[in-house]
Formats: sequence, structure tokens, C-alpha cells
Amino acid sequence: MSQTVKVTFKLNDRPVEVLVEPRELLIHTLREKLAHTGPHIGCETSHCGACTVDMNGASLKSCTILTVQCEGADILTIEGIAKNGELHALQEGFMQEHGLQCGFCTPGMITRAYRLLQEIPDPTEEEIRYWMAGNLCRCTGYQNIVKSIQYAARKLRGEPVETSHPLMGEKAAQSEMAG
Amino acid sequence: MIPKPFEYHSPQSLGDAVAMLQQYGDEAKLLAGGHSLLPMMKLRFAMPSHLIDLNRIPDLAGVSESGNEIRIGAMTTENQLIWSELLQRKLPLLVEAARLIADPQVRYRGTIGGDIAHGDPGNDHPALMLTLDASFVLAGANGERVVPASEFFLGTYYTAMNPDEIMTQIRIPVPPQGTGWCYAKLKRKTGDFAAAAAAVLLQMKGDTCTGVAIGLTNLGPTALRASDAEAALTGQPLTADAIEAAAQKVMAICEPAADLRGDETYKTAMAGEMFRKAIRTAMERCTR
Repeated sequence: MSQTVKVTFKLNDRPVEVLVEPRELLIHTLREKLAHTGPHIGCETSHCGACTVDMNGASLKSCTILTVQCEGADILTIEGIAKNGELHALQEGFMQEHGLQCGFCTPGMITRAYRLLQEIPDPTEEEIRYWMAGNLCRCTGYQNIVKSIQYAARKLRGEPVETSHPLMGEKAAQSEMAG
Repeated sequence: MIPKPFEYHSPQSLGDAVAMLQQYGDEAKLLAGGHSLLPMMKLRFAMPSHLIDLNRIPDLAGVSESGNEIRIGAMTTENQLIWSELLQRKLPLLVEAARLIADPQVRYRGTIGGDIAHGDPGNDHPALMLTLDASFVLAGANGERVVPASEFFLGTYYTAMNPDEIMTQIRIPVPPQGTGWCYAKLKRKTGDFAAAAAAVLLQMKGDTCTGVAIGLTNLGPTALRASDAEAALTGQPLTADAIEAAAQKVMAICEPAADLRGDETYKTAMAGEMFRKAIRTAMERCTR
């Protein structure tokens, strides 16, 4: 029987320390030991992308890396995407453009798209489809996911975006009043 | 989907990693990007007692030029190959092929060295390495040796690497200026292995083929080099008849394993089709 190993890394900007067997996969550590259940287990065979997290500036399927490999790493999950109670442009885009139906793939979609937009801030539709190909959705047919990412890309580039979602309207009104 | 227990090692130097390989022998496996090995361990097709992680060893990744040769660290990821400006200029075949491997997340982790050393004929780099006349630097207890790709792939999951060796670098001669290239890959979906794929490097003068290299992926127990087809084309005008005759020679050496991607007849036919597509594209890209 192998011994447990202490692993420390940064999770959504906070230092964490876990004791794991070397064979433990990151997705299980996140969900079962660190109560981060945003990354989902879809296939557990590195096909579906539902478990995608961002590690050291790269998108990663957390079912296909051992937690012991993450010593010293900087990991971002869907739980860390919104800042100070404000939704990230991608989260807003997925609401506005109906980028989800059942929502199971959404944390992985948003986390992957987060990295994509850092690398290519102005992607064409073809580029979005190519660089999002590691994430499967069984509801939407992808059309609205592409639109959601285009919405976020526009907003992150500082271009005007049209919001009609009731919750975002309210939020916008509140911040106007506060301002 | 949890691997059998093992002991994890994270050597900080190549020397330490080689020493561990010597100590643990065939109980040990090397972990590079982990996107072939970990899935195999999860399915218990692989059950190493010792896992030696190469990711903490410095200087095993990167692309550089040395004389007329491109040198690629074995731990260079597919994503790094895609974005390398040097490769885009000097070895566009490799960039085109890397873009067709797996999916974005997997390409951030998967390494060229792991892809080659795994010895899987379904992986794409073995056929590319044969086509590009690459050679591999293998580090062991007695220092380094350099093995040409043509002598490396011995069978499915079986290579010329000794159990105590680690692949550290891939060396590829830069093809002559004006060389046309193409990697044509038929796959059912993103992330799948090729049902059939063909790599072509082509030099032409006018309409005549002055040099050609053809490699095939997932069409036999190892990646294949289609030498008969190359010999038939070299020195000939690239007419439709000449290409068709070469396609027949390509198909003649195929021995694909039947699986969910198709039976032997289908895959062999698709090998011919991928070759036709690759050579036509390579012709268009040739500077004559």
C-alpha cells in the first residue's frame, strides 16, 4: 500500500494543503477533499471536458492528472471565476445568450473559454469552435455556447454588449444607482 | 477509474531519473504528459509499482535550431509545437499535424517525446518522424545515444529504447527550401485516433518529383514509411496516373487492425485516399 503524500497548491488564490495517495486524481481531490464541486465528472476518460480547470495558465482535464503532480501549482476552478460578487463576462455571456440548458458541461466550458480568451482575445467563430473542441455539450448544439463566448470576448475587449437578461438588468440598474 | 496504488517519484535531474529507472527496472514507468499512461493506468492496462514523473526535470522542453537541424525537447507539448514560430517557418508539417492531435486540453499536456516513446502506431508523431528522417536522443546510465526513427519503431508498444533509457530530444533535419507538405488525417471526431492518416513531404522541379517522403499512421503494427511508393514517384512527372500508381503501392503495405473505426478493407482504402489528398496538397504548397 502506498503512503499518503502532503501536497500544497493554490486554489482560486487561496493556499490549500491536502493529504492524498499518489494515485488520487485531481478531480477527486477537488470535489471530495476541498468541496469544490464546480468541476464535474462527466466521462472520467479525458474526453468530455466537464472537469476542466485552469492550472499554471493552461486548461486541464482534472480527471487526467494526479494530485501529487500539482505541488506548487496555481489552480483556478469555476468557483474562482467571479470576482467580488461580480459575474465574469463569460458567466454573463452564458446567461445572456442561453449558453446552457442542463448546465452540466458549463463549468468546464467557462473555465476553458476563460483561457481561450486570454490567448486569443478576438477569436473568429471557427477559432472558438476549434479551441473549444475538448468540451462536449449534449444539450445546446453549441450554437449558443459560441455566441456566449463571442459576447464575453466583446465585453472583455471593452466593446458595448447588449444585455436583456432580467437579473443582469437589475444588477446594472443597482450599480448605476450606487454609482 | 482509479489506478492501482504505486509509489510516486519526482526526480529533479535527468541523472536521478535514470538512476531510478535502473533501481526499479520494469516495475517503473515514466510519466511525461500522462495522457496515454494515466488512462491506461485507470483502466489497469498499465500497473507500474513506481511512477517516475519527468515534469520537474529542467531543460527537457523547448524548440531550437542548430545548424540545419531543428531540436525539440522531448517534454515539449503539442501546444508548444503549434505556437512555435520556428516550427511554423521551418517544419510546418509538424505544426499542421499537432493541430490535429487530440483536443486543446490534451495538447497542453501531451508531449512529443511521450507520443513517440509510447510506440503506439495510432499516435501521429511516429509516422511524422519517419517522414522527416528524425532521430532521437536517448539518455541512459552510459550516456547518450542517437537512434534514427527508421530503426526505432519495432512493434506495437515496442521500441528500440532500453528500459533504463529516457528520450530527451528529437532532432529533425530542416527540409530543403520550397518543400511541400501535408498531413491528411481521417478521424471520426476530435480526440480520436486516426482511422487512417498520411504525411507527405515533396520536392518538385517543374512537374517532376525530385524527392518525396511518405509516412502512414495507424495502418500497421507500427507507423509505416511507404518506400515503394516514394521510389515509384521520384524522378517522375506527377501525373494523375503516377499518383494513382503510388496510391496502390501505399495501400499494398497497409496491415491495419480492424476496430470500431473500420475493417481492414475500409482503412486500407482510406489510407489511399489520405495519401492522394496529402500529395495533392503538398504539390500546391511546393515552390518549384
